[in-house]
Amino acid sequence: MPDDRDGHHHHPLPETPAALRTKAIESLLVEKGLISSDAIDYIVQKFEQDIGPMNGAKVVARAWVDPEFKRRLLENGTEAIAEMGYWGSQGAEIVVLENTPTVHNVVVCTLCSCYPWPVLGLPPTWYKSAPYRSRVVREPRAVLREFGTELPDDVEVRVWDSTAEVRYMVLPERPSGTEGMSDPELAALVTRDAMIGVTRVQAPALVR
Amino acid sequence: MEGESALPRSNGELVFEAPWEGRAFGIAVALNEHDVYPWRTFRDALVEQIAADESAGRSSSYYERWLASLEEVLLRKGIVTRDELDARTDEYARGVRDDDWVPHGR
Repeated sequence: MPDDRDGHHHHPLPETPAALRTKAIESLLVEKGLISSDAIDYIVQKFEQDIGPMNGAKVVARAWVDPEFKRRLLENGTEAIAEMGYWGSQGAEIVVLENTPTVHNVVVCTLCSCYPWPVLGLPPTWYKSAPYRSRVVREPRAVLREFGTELPDDVEVRVWDSTAEVRYMVLPERPSGTEGMSDPELAALVTRDAMIGVTRVQAPALVR
Repeated sequence: MEGESALPRSNGELVFEAPWEGRAFGIAVALNEHDVYPWRTFRDALVEQIAADESAGRSSSYYERWLASLEEVLLRKGIVTRDELDARTDEYARGVRDDDWVPHGR
């Protein structure tokens, strides 16, 4: 490894081909004036620190306590979510799907990984995996069962395929036993998986 | 490992498993935000890349496919040439550049 001017090694470990390629791309694009490294730093930090399912959980809690907000959320998800300060990259629309006692919604991106970033952050590995992407459309109840979610036969399961233009977030059913809870207390019950639709929100007595 | 426990996680999973994944992600998003391409352009390339790798049975990771898609979009749009990319990659591999875009110690 060549030393720099101070005689210290910059890279004690060899870099992978992907790391080297990525550096080369960034280096060329910055040189050509198309982006700045600061802009990239900002995006990385935003997705590592600030954006995540806690955003969506707050939206869900708000919808549970405020019927007018819920109405707006179901009518125009993107706008209602933006009211709470979360707004989209790539200008994609976010549609919010309400789970009810008779309809259970679950979300996928069969072709890649499209996901409502502003409210859920970046998708988990399983969401991007070939088995999930193909099986949840073909056999949703079996997939949900593997997540511990059993649905009665009289509940309709709807699977929604996300695209570059339209992303989906599930508004899970509010469990019983949550009357009188504050927004933060309610938000703490809402998991990422419930907003994808593979699980339901557990009532507080069942939370370990 | 202490260093790894400090890395950002989402629901128990690392957001990016290595710094380059974050960079590749950030580059693709930044280019779109600066109107170099609409998101559908990148997304369509990613869909193609995933389909090609899956049907060929390649075990490439999600971000390796992301990186390949980014490269493909840049090449198709004539923003970089393959020669430029290969040459610059080689320079970093040989450690002959004195600029460095990735923060150390992560």
